[in-house]
Amino acid sequence: MNLFKKRKYLPVGNDGQSDTKKDGANEANTPSVPEGMYIKCPSCGQAIYKKSIGASKICPECAHYFRVSSKERVRMTADAGTFQEFDKKMEAKNPLNYPDYEKKIKTMQEKTGVSDAVVCGKCKIGGFDTVLCVMDSGFIMGSMGSVVGEKITRAFEFATKNKLPIIIFTASGGARMQEGIVSLMQMAKVSAAAARHSEDGNLYVTVLTDPTTGGVTASFAMLGDIILSEPKALIGFAGRRVIEQTIKQKLPDEFQTAEFLLEHGFVDKIVERDCMNNVLTEILRLHNPKGCERSE
Amino acid sequence: MYLQKFYDSIIRKVVNAVSNNAASEIVKIARKVSRPSALEYINHIFTGFIEFHGDRNFKDDKAVVGGIAMLDDMPVTVIGIQKGHSTEENIERNFGSPHPEGYRKALRLMKQAEKFNRPVITFINTSGAFCGVGAEERGQGEAIARNLLEMSTLKTPSISIVIGEGGSGGALALAVTDRVWMLENSVYSILSPEGFASILWKDASRSKEAAELMKITANDLLELGIIDKVIKEVPGGAQNDFAFTANLLKSKLRVELEELCAKDKETLLEERYQRFRKFGAFTE
Ligand SMILES: [Zn+2]
Repeated sequence: MNLFKKRKYLPVGNDGQSDTKKDGANEANTPSVPEGMYIKCPSCGQAIYKKSIGASKICPECAHYFRVSSKERVRMTADAGTFQEFDKKMEAKNPLNYPDYEKKIKTMQEKTGVSDAVVCGKCKIGGFDTVLCVMDSGFIMGSMGSVVGEKITRAFEFATKNKLPIIIFTASGGARMQEGIVSLMQMAKVSAAAARHSEDGNLYVTVLTDPTTGGVTASFAMLGDIILSEPKALIGFAGRRVIEQTIKQKLPDEFQTAEFLLEHGFVDKIVERDCMNNVLTEILRLHNPKGCERSE
Repeated sequence: MYLQKFYDSIIRKVVNAVSNNAASEIVKIARKVSRPSALEYINHIFTGFIEFHGDRNFKDDKAVVGGIAMLDDMPVTVIGIQKGHSTEENIERNFGSPHPEGYRKALRLMKQAEKFNRPVITFINTSGAFCGVGAEERGQGEAIARNLLEMSTLKTPSISIVIGEGGSGGALALAVTDRVWMLENSVYSILSPEGFASILWKDASRSKEAAELMKITANDLLELGIIDKVIKEVPGGAQNDFAFTANLLKSKLRVELEELCAKDKETLLEERYQRFRKFGAFTE
């Protein structure tokens, strides 16, 4: 079975930009599902009747997964009516006094209906209690600044205190550049909270979705006890263009896909979107009760 | 007498001019090829350094050095990101940009330190973790993430010092420590000013402006509470009087380690957790 069209490494000119590490915050915002009756599938290029992509947001022509907002993902994942959101009103400040950062945040809030790039809360999945965090790539590329870091840290602390599993759907271009060093510190803060949750023997499942890169990959995305991924999701540390400029070659299509990470041993299992809920339910069931502590 | 006063005022002016250096000037000093490297500090400050190699999985990453040594009468584990002073040396050291196996070597040495209750001291000097095909294949993100998690709960005291460039996650992967210090002419940032300008403004030539805005210098980061101490350098940078900075650093390390070693493990770990827990700028 040939999963990928193998493309040869082709030489490419170094076209400038001395240093564009960690693409992230500012790549084109791919909207999840835009307004109107029809949408263009970014994968097969067909104009698709919007209703035909269904609740799972999958292209009927080529099975492309449209990016979904945090709200849609919560709806797809949590048992109906069980999700109780934490820290709904938390908003970013402007630690560097970056010009117009507040304005940008306001605009994104109006556009997406969420306060920042992650929604956290507790809910049931398949009847099992869990903490659930969902990142939103529609909010400044899902970049991690103070709010994302603080909300996820609190979610870990809540899960630790209440001996609950935590499931995080990642979708991020990396660090929130506008918050500078403060955004870098979020990586350490969240990882330390994940460590405490883990030391107490609690379950952490990451679900990598398109795209998961930069500082999120280099912190909590790669720290799950179990790491799942949606098919074909882009997952990596460095941006593709940065690497192409470094090695002066074009990279093959499959580089930094979920399938590439599975092959190299960094993902436990690739799960189709329609099966995700069932797989998460089964994983939660297998950890409740844990191991030898069988149920009566 | 009068001359002495005159002389003093000149000295003061020079010192002020240096400490008020523009961020972009400090970036230049931090990146100087002549800037003293991790191994130079290690060899000056400690005695009997024995270098250990390899991550026990893939290979020995020469961008990361580490081993055991004595700080006067105290056994310690020392780790550094190593840059070279020439193109040849830099090629050998991959210009101080570690691969995943470099971070895994560092973690192996830190876990060894934990086992034998040795404090860990890390010297950071990197423009960032390496961005390449092999680095991605071997999990650069996972390697950095693992270090952040493991360092946050390492049951032994730790101090990191940024001695040149502290580039993003590649620097943080050795800096989740009880104390984080910087040499006066070092920088620590989410990415380079050039990268910041080209990503946010699509214009790498505005890097000077970016350097000022980003708050990347030792004094700015001390003010923000991101770091705990700034180690002085002579005007122009540590290369002009290496012994001055290295001796100063040694005496500060001795005092600080005495203090950290006196804490019980629970307090040490709780304080380390809270050190990083407090970072964030938000309202609710
Ligand atoms: Zn399609």
